[in-house]
Amino acid sequence: MSAAPPLRRTPPSRASSASARRSTIRRPQLFAAWALIVPFLIVFAAMFLVPLGYAGYLSTFTSQLVGGEVFSGLANYSRALQDPSFWAGLGRVAMFLFVQVPIMLVIALFIALALDTGRVKGGKFVRLAIFVPYAVPGVVATLMWGYLYGTDSGLIAQLFRAVGLDAPTLLSPQNILGSTMNIVSWEFIGYNMIVLYAALRSVPTEMYEAAEIDGAGAWRTAWSIKIPAIRPAIMLTIIFSVIGSFQLFNEPNLLYSIAPNAIGSDFSPNLYAYNVAFKNQDINYAAAIAFLLGFLIMIISYVVQLATARKERLS
Amino acid sequence: MMKRTHAATTLVSLAVASTLILSGCTPSAGGNAGSTTAPVSQADIDKAMQTPTTLTFWTWVPDIQQEVDLFEAKYPAIKVEVVNVGTGTVQYPKLRTALKAGKGAPDVAQIEYQYIPSFRQTNSLVNLQPYGGDELKSKYVEWVWNQVADDKGVWSVPQDSGPLGNLYRSDIYSAAGLSQAPATWADFASDAQTIKDKTGSYISNLPGNDPGQIVGLFWQAGAKPFSYDGDKTVGIDLDSAATQKVVKFWQDLIDKDLVSTDADFNDAWYQGFSSDKYASWQTAAWGPVFLQGTAANTSGKWTAAKIPQWNAGDDVSGNWGGSSDAVITGTKNPIAAAEFSKFLNGDAESTLTFANKQFLFPTTTDTLTSSDFTGQASEFYGGQKVNELFAGVSDTVSTDFQWLPFMDYVYSSFNDTLGTAIADKADMSSALTAWQDAVVAYAKQQGFTVK
Repeated sequence: MSAAPPLRRTPPSRASSASARRSTIRRPQLFAAWALIVPFLIVFAAMFLVPLGYAGYLSTFTSQLVGGEVFSGLANYSRALQDPSFWAGLGRVAMFLFVQVPIMLVIALFIALALDTGRVKGGKFVRLAIFVPYAVPGVVATLMWGYLYGTDSGLIAQLFRAVGLDAPTLLSPQNILGSTMNIVSWEFIGYNMIVLYAALRSVPTEMYEAAEIDGAGAWRTAWSIKIPAIRPAIMLTIIFSVIGSFQLFNEPNLLYSIAPNAIGSDFSPNLYAYNVAFKNQDINYAAAIAFLLGFLIMIISYVVQLATARKERLS
Repeated sequence: MMKRTHAATTLVSLAVASTLILSGCTPSAGGNAGSTTAPVSQADIDKAMQTPTTLTFWTWVPDIQQEVDLFEAKYPAIKVEVVNVGTGTVQYPKLRTALKAGKGAPDVAQIEYQYIPSFRQTNSLVNLQPYGGDELKSKYVEWVWNQVADDKGVWSVPQDSGPLGNLYRSDIYSAAGLSQAPATWADFASDAQTIKDKTGSYISNLPGNDPGQIVGLFWQAGAKPFSYDGDKTVGIDLDSAATQKVVKFWQDLIDKDLVSTDADFNDAWYQGFSSDKYASWQTAAWGPVFLQGTAANTSGKWTAAKIPQWNAGDDVSGNWGGSSDAVITGTKNPIAAAEFSKFLNGDAESTLTFANKQFLFPTTTDTLTSSDFTGQASEFYGGQKVNELFAGVSDTVSTDFQWLPFMDYVYSSFNDTLGTAIADKADMSSALTAWQDAVVAYAKQQGFTVK
């Protein structure tokens, strides 16, 4: 709190790069590069690698309230692999991956393409309006949707009743997964749309002119030129969404207070790990679950990337 | 394991001792964390209370500064820093983390009764016996005292409690042609049908997310689902004749659509009270004031009554909620911390302020019988002296109800088993068995001996 204003502090990088310049003049770039990257590496090691290593270390112990901690090798991992709660959570995020991610990305792509044609009236406003949900904190978004979903007094239920229909129970155990998917889509369509739209803007317009001369319509241009041109951006959004679905946590954690029994303690693997750590007080087992989940995400991301790389080689 | 703990204790005592030697303190000012030692003398207490000290106090009671001010006025040398790190289940993980880290834990922390055994099990609570803990016994209601003390020690000082009663909408009852609250659960069931037929309201709501309430109802039915010997042995009897009786009773009402199963303490539930959806709430002594803030538009329409009985003519209740202030192991000022907790929850002015300003239901017999407390007439309840009624209920709570040293798990697994069955209107009886099995499996996995 009593720290000097940051401006007056000498950045550590300057001192080290100065001494580096004196000792070796041959490859100043190399040292400049190191000097620039070292602050990052320090933070990366302290805030990421060390905790990760520590979590890995913790996951090889078994702790009991009575009996304390004993080294148990991979016992926590084999326990997780036999844990129906872990698999149930994985099943739900897999549903997310195969249902929510395609829907979300197709809608985002469609809007991006529509905006890119320049035919949408008030395009700037539409772009902003669709992007705004991403700027709303996930906590607020979930609470807001929670109110809309409410069975007795929620807006959706009221609308159904106003036209004389039975209100849907959007927070029931059968529907909660769909309701969560809706919240996540609402939050991230805008984000993905902006990424794709930005990529579309950087496609050289000559290609469109050429297509037009060849007699391609708007749909044909979109399918054969625009989408292939922005494939790297699409891949990026897919990878981010895959990782995002596996890390599902905020939404179910917040919906828990509104629909506790529909969410339960193992809705997603992350939520399960959290509950295991802080409610069951089993930090070691939680670390194992988190590690296992990390491995799965790595494998799946790798598979997705491999699949695209092959496609690119083929085309 | 024993060896390791022993080594750790030795290390800690060595560390404490060397700190004391190095800083030139007398041992009476600190040390003896957890272990029972000889009683602290009045001279030691006087000395400690005149030594400038700062205590850290974790609590989530709103406006508690006014009681803390009373303490600081009496002991000007002691400063108390009040920190609110979150309510109940939010605070405990933080407290455990601080205890594990070995620093950052408060001197005194608010702990609900059902979580005391879990902090005892990790040796995180200072036994208050050497600090005059035993002398407190006569000041408190018997069942409350048994929540904080056993034959091995005094682990905390009771702050508030929640004996169960029944708050009901007298207007809905009379619209259904009923003149009084149900005296027995059998009456409750027949009233439920009448109320639903005549007014369309549910007689009550049984939430699937609130183990506290259903455990309170078990307590009232005479069940003893948990026991803990303070060491390694636990008893788990969640699936007993008494609990099955309670569960089957509510199952019947839920199946007939006479009781709703909404999750409680959220917006939809609050609106259920103001929109006449629920005609009554079987709640704790803290419920009356809570309801007042939640369903202000129904003021004057409510009446407080005793909880319905399983056997006509009986007068027994259970408890739901309440908390205590415990001295946390590792404190450098155990005397001041113990005196603070004792003052906060024992001093006549402090406890009366808790009762009348923060509406914490009292635990001391003095406050429970004080006319300043019981004499208050409440407009929300049509001028009824609600405190007087609940003060009477407090004497009827069964005195030997215990908890397990891992209630966090017990409650979270409730949500996945019995709670889900309640919310889904599914088979609650087999879900109760599933809850029992889950808790037993956890206890064994954690190394406890299950009786």
